[in-house]
Amino acid sequence: MNAPVKFYQTGTFTVGNRLLEADQRSVQSSEARSNSLNSGHRACQGCGEALGARYVVDAAMRATGNQLIAANATGCLEVFSTPYPETSWQLPWIHSLFGNAAAVGTGIAAALKVKAHKAGKALSEVRVIAQGGDGGTTDIGFGCLSGMFERNDDVLYICYDNEAYMNTGVQRSSATPMGARTATTMAVGAHPGAPAGQGKNLPLIAMAHEIPYVATATVADLHDLEAKVEKAMSIRGARYLHVLVPCPLGWGSASHDTVLLARLARETGIFPVFEAEHGEVTSVTKIRHHVPVEDYLKLQKRFAHLFGTPGQPEMVAHIQADADRNIRRFKLLDETGE
Amino acid sequence: MLKQVEGSAAVAEAVALARPEVICAYPISPQTHIVEGLGERVKDGSLDNCEFINVESEFAAMSVAIGSSAAGARTYTATASQGLLFMAEAVYNASGLGLPIVMTVANRAIGAPINIWNDHSDSMSQRDCGWLQLFAETNQEALDLHIQAFKIAEELSMPVMVCMDGFILTHAYERVDMPTQEQVDAFLPPYEPRQVLDVNEPVSIGAMVGPEAFMEVRYLAHAKQTMALERIPEIAAEFKERFGRDSGGLVRTYRCEDADTVVIALGSVLGTIKDAVDEMRTGGEKIGVLGIQSFRPFPLDAVRNALQNAKRVVVVEKSFSVGMGGVVATDVRMALSGLHMHSYCVVAGLGGRAITQASLVRTFAQAIAGTLPLLSFMDLDWRIVNRQLEREATIRRSGPIAENLLRDVGSVASKVA
Repeated sequence: MNAPVKFYQTGTFTVGNRLLEADQRSVQSSEARSNSLNSGHRACQGCGEALGARYVVDAAMRATGNQLIAANATGCLEVFSTPYPETSWQLPWIHSLFGNAAAVGTGIAAALKVKAHKAGKALSEVRVIAQGGDGGTTDIGFGCLSGMFERNDDVLYICYDNEAYMNTGVQRSSATPMGARTATTMAVGAHPGAPAGQGKNLPLIAMAHEIPYVATATVADLHDLEAKVEKAMSIRGARYLHVLVPCPLGWGSASHDTVLLARLARETGIFPVFEAEHGEVTSVTKIRHHVPVEDYLKLQKRFAHLFGTPGQPEMVAHIQADADRNIRRFKLLDETGE
Repeated sequence: MLKQVEGSAAVAEAVALARPEVICAYPISPQTHIVEGLGERVKDGSLDNCEFINVESEFAAMSVAIGSSAAGARTYTATASQGLLFMAEAVYNASGLGLPIVMTVANRAIGAPINIWNDHSDSMSQRDCGWLQLFAETNQEALDLHIQAFKIAEELSMPVMVCMDGFILTHAYERVDMPTQEQVDAFLPPYEPRQVLDVNEPVSIGAMVGPEAFMEVRYLAHAKQTMALERIPEIAAEFKERFGRDSGGLVRTYRCEDADTVVIALGSVLGTIKDAVDEMRTGGEKIGVLGIQSFRPFPLDAVRNALQNAKRVVVVEKSFSVGMGGVVATDVRMALSGLHMHSYCVVAGLGGRAITQASLVRTFAQAIAGTLPLLSFMDLDWRIVNRQLEREATIRRSGPIAENLLRDVGSVASKVA
C-alpha cells in the first residue's frame, strides 16, 4: 500500500499501525476505513457507544460505497460528536430531535427515492441509517420507529443500547435491566435498583413487525457487528440492529472493561446475539464459555447493592433465571452442552 | 379554469400543481380531505415523482417532512388542532433548521373540551415557532396562498403555514379559478435547497449551539421574517401579474379611506365583517376593515399605516390568550404605539360559535358609542357561565365543567345566538 498515510487518528494506536508494514497493521488502521465518526470527539474513555457507532457507520459506508446519509437522535452520540464548529461526522448527518430519528430517516429515504425516480432509477444508490440510544429508541422514539418498521421504509435503524439515559445523567429507560441502580431506580429501600418484570425487548418487538432483518450485536465482537451491518445494507426495507454498548459512567465499570463486559453479557446469556429475517430467528451466536451472571454483574457498581451484606440474592437469582431463559429460548448453548 | 369545488379539493389541486416531492399524511379533521386528494393523485400517477407517506402521528408527519426537506425534496403536510400541538416540538425544529416545508393548518379549536369546529387557537399557539403564518380569507385565496407559500418558503428557506378556517373554508364548495400547470411552473421554479444532505458534499445539520451563537441563530430567523415583510407583497404582486387576481400580501383594506372605526380580523370571518360594515356604512357610519393576511411576520408598519386616521380599532379574533385577552389585539396594540385611539378586543367564534352579522353590527355600534368593554366575548352565554360559577362557589365537588354546562344548555350542543 503506497497510499499517503493519513494522520488524523493522532493520539491513537492507529497512526502507529499505519506506519507499520501493511501486513502487520491492525484492522483499525485499514486505509479502507472511512473513519466516518472521526477522532477528536468528546465521548468518555471506554465509551461503548463511540466504539459501536464507529464500526457500524464505517461498515455501512463500505457496504454502500460511501453513499450514505445518517439521521441521529438526541443523546450522547449526538452531543459528543458535534459540539460545533467541531463535528466528527464525515458523512452527511442530521440531528433533529430526541424522538424522531426513525421518521427523519424515513423522510430522507423518501426524498432519495424521488430523486432516483427522476434520474430514471428504480432505487436510490444513496442509503439511509438512523441511530439513537436506548432512550431515543425504546422509549421516546418508539412510535416513530414502529411506524418506520410497519411501512417497511428503506432505513437501517441502529440502537446503541447502554441501558439507561446516560446523557441526562443515568436515568432508567425501558431498556434498563432489573436490579440496576440508576438515578431514578435508586439503590435504596427494600427493593433497590430497577424492578423486575418491567422493560421491553425491542429486538423481539422489531421481529413482530416482520421486517426483513433484525439483528443484535455487541462491541465485543466487532467483526460480527460489521458483518451484520453489511448484511443489513444488502437488504432493502426496514432493518433493525440492536447493539449492546457498555457505558463506564452509567454502569460504574472500569473504562478498560467495556469490551469484556459486552462479551460477558453474551457469555452469560443476558444479552442474546442473533439474527432474524421476516420475524424468524435465522442464526444465533453460541455461548463459548458459559459463565454465571455474577461474573458480569460484579464488575459493575450499578449492581453493587446486589452483593455483600445483606445483598439481594433473590434478584441475582432472578437475573440468572432470565439469562437461562434466554439460553433456552434462543438455543445459545450447543446441544452437546458443556 | 373555473371550478365549483370543496375548499380542500381546491387546495389539494393547488398543492399538486406545485409539484411536491414528499407528502406526509396523518388524518385529523378538518384537514383530512386535502391529503386524501393528494394521495389519490399520487396513487393514480397524475402526481408523479412524489412519495405519499401515511405516518403514524403528526409528530412523525413533521419529522418525516424534516428529513425529506433536508434531503432536498419539496415537502408538504397538513394538520389542525391537536395535531399541530402533537407535532409542536418538530414544528419548532423545522424552522430552527431553516427547512422550507409548507403546511396547511385547517384551523380548529384545541381541547379540552374536545371540539372539532373552527377557531384560530391552534396556529396561534404556534405563534412564536418561527414559521410564517399566512391566513386565507376565501377558498380562492387559500389555493393561491399555497402556490405562493412554496415560493416564499424556498426563497427564504423558512417554513410556511397556510392557515384556512376549518369547515368554513375546507368543507365549503365555492367557485375557484384553478391555474394551469404551465402557469404554476412559470411562477414557481424547482426547489434549490440552501442546505442539503448530499454524499458528495457532506455536512452536519442540527449540531448543538451554545450561548456563543444561539441568539444570533434566532436573530437570523427574525431577520428572514423581516425580509418576508418585503417579499410577501412582491410575490403577491408577481402572482397578480401572472394570475390576474389579488391574493395574499400582508394586509388588505376595505372601505378604510375615511374610516373612524377600523375592524381588524383574519381569515374567513372577514366576509361577514365586510357585510356588517356595508350595512353600517349605509347607516352613515364611517367604518372600514383591515384584513391581516400575514400574521407572522406581523406587518406592524402596514397595520399602523392603515390606522393613521382612525379614531378606534376593533380587533375581532377567534383566539384567546387565557388570563390576558386577545392574541392578535396584543400585536395590533404594538402597531398602535404612539397613536392615540381606543382599541377593543372582541373574542368571537371560539370552537365554531357562529359569528353573525347582527352580532357584529351590535358590537361595532357599542364600540362607536364607547360602551364596549376593552375585552369582550361576543355572544357569550352568561346564563350558563354564572350558573357554573355559582355551582363552584357552593359545592366543593362541583363536577366536570364542560359536562355541567352542556346539561345547562340542554340538548342543542351547538348554540347560535
